[in-house]
Amino acid sequence: MAETRVHSFLDFEKPIAELEGKIEELRHLSDEGEISIVDEVERLQSRVNKQLAQTYAKLTAWQKVQVARHPDRPHCSDYINELVTDFTPLAGDRTYAEDRAVIGGMGRLKGRSVIVIGQEKGHDTQSRVKHNFGMARPEGYRKAQRLMDLADRFGLPVITLVDTAGAYPGIGAEERGQAEAIARSIESCLNLKVPMVSLVIGEGGSGGAIAIAVADRILMLEHSVYSVISPEGCASILWRDGDHATEAANALKLTAQDLMALEVIDEIVAEPVGAAHRHRSVTIRAAGEAISKNLAELIGVDGAVLRKQRREKFLKMGEAPGL
Amino acid sequence: MNWINNYVRPKIRSLVGVKSDVPENLWMQCPSCEQMLFHRDLRENRNVCRNCGHHMRLPARERLEILFDGGSFTEIELPENVTDPLKFRDRKRYSDRLRDSRSTTGRTDAIIVAHGEIGGHKTVIAVFDFSFMGGSMGIAVGNGIVAGAQLAVLQDAAFVVVPSSGGARMQEGILSLMQMPRTTIAVQQVKEAGLPYIVLLADPTTGGVSASFAMLGDIALAEPGTIVGFAGARVIEETIREKLPEGFQRAEYLLDHGMIDMVVPRHDLAATLGRIIDLVRCKERGADGVSLNQGGDAAFGDSNDGSAPASD
Repeated sequence: MAETRVHSFLDFEKPIAELEGKIEELRHLSDEGEISIVDEVERLQSRVNKQLAQTYAKLTAWQKVQVARHPDRPHCSDYINELVTDFTPLAGDRTYAEDRAVIGGMGRLKGRSVIVIGQEKGHDTQSRVKHNFGMARPEGYRKAQRLMDLADRFGLPVITLVDTAGAYPGIGAEERGQAEAIARSIESCLNLKVPMVSLVIGEGGSGGAIAIAVADRILMLEHSVYSVISPEGCASILWRDGDHATEAANALKLTAQDLMALEVIDEIVAEPVGAAHRHRSVTIRAAGEAISKNLAELIGVDGAVLRKQRREKFLKMGEAPGL
Repeated sequence: MNWINNYVRPKIRSLVGVKSDVPENLWMQCPSCEQMLFHRDLRENRNVCRNCGHHMRLPARERLEILFDGGSFTEIELPENVTDPLKFRDRKRYSDRLRDSRSTTGRTDAIIVAHGEIGGHKTVIAVFDFSFMGGSMGIAVGNGIVAGAQLAVLQDAAFVVVPSSGGARMQEGILSLMQMPRTTIAVQQVKEAGLPYIVLLADPTTGGVSASFAMLGDIALAEPGTIVGFAGARVIEETIREKLPEGFQRAEYLLDHGMIDMVVPRHDLAATLGRIIDLVRCKERGADGVSLNQGGDAAFGDSNDGSAPASD
């Protein structure tokens, strides 16, 4: 059974939603003391579990996109709250502004001091506006650069949590050098002499995502996606029609499983049946374990070696045989 | 294209009954001032309108001709790579699109890498061919940048890149996105060898190309009117639902916002590049213009004497 009550169901989860609705109804009735419902609830619950397992075992690429964007899916700050102790947020790019689409700071992961950087989408209208729906402006990427420099200076490993539809497309963002900020952020990742582990927790949206994901280890949650362009954007360009997003999602090969096959990522972190939005804590803890394990393998490696290996890794991207 | 092509020429052709061997468009209209321009004049003026100075796109090979001393250069062969790694298919197969582009352009992909001299200094240029799938960057283009950078390091040459690209090639999916860090590493290697890395932004430079090596030049030049930006104008308009300011994302606009060093007309590019490369590579010159670097290019004070500060 899900640890978290799901508030919004995806369209392909409709049969599950109906069953869970029935369970809810029965519980309500039994609260009124009219009938005993234990058996019936159990029966329905097992049907829900079976249905969930079946549905989530064979999600299509487009369904994964929907799951990755699910509003109840844990976001960057949820991971930080649960995994990082003594978290000390740091703000500002020292040039223009504080971009709240990018959260960053120092803290301890299992006792080890680290720098954490990630995009935060927000969970309700107010927080979504505050964090600009996780779409960073140049200041966000410059803050990331600043924090990476800080990590290097103090020898702290860098952990990034990727969850963005993309860099913000706006007039001000362009005027202040969105492209340059992303390029420099990529360069900052490549220059690090400390270990860097990135985890895609939801949406890895193009340049806005890779700006903070050029890491020694790249991990993806089982139902996260990572793509050069959104399926909708791709469909509107190549099919001249945004309605072909389903086909575009398939063609783009953007699921964690695809990226593993393409040798672009290093590890897939499993999500419980029914995905992270039903099992927030379990997923977050699994993510924490995976990050710690990868970090442990990198700690102690000489900085120059790390940097050299990171470069070799990315210089080889595209030499893989393909699917 | 215009009434001459669509109406007059077919008629003449049907009267004369022979297939003409003249180019398709004898006349073309300047998109800026609407002046009719004769194709030979336009070509001679390197696709710059003689009337208003508007810069139209320049084919990749001509770009190399105008930049290298005496128009002489040697093109290098680029390593082969996996084509169509995702077996991508939209309304058309990517492999078919590639084949079409290859047959119309006679090129394997959207980049040419060549070496020669600019202002007497060894230089490697990687130039994008916009006519090949919008100059989009996939693995092959990434290979071009990597090979060009490595050649520059090997030859102790300056590295000049001329992007003209809509961005990443989405038909190569995540692998095209991965060319962003890959090309960034390539230009880092040039910089770490103490060699100048100069970007000449040509129309257009957007998306994943602008957000990687194209914005990392030691020095950034752009041709007049060039569109340079991350997000496309249409995407921005749809997101913010306002009209974009006049000249938005044009080279002059970027200059005003501190994003590039200078806007240089096409006819002055070779001289400007030559001067810049000379200033950073030949550190002393006498009043007579003779290099005071012992032994010319390859002597003290220069990057190839082993004393150049590497970044790590």
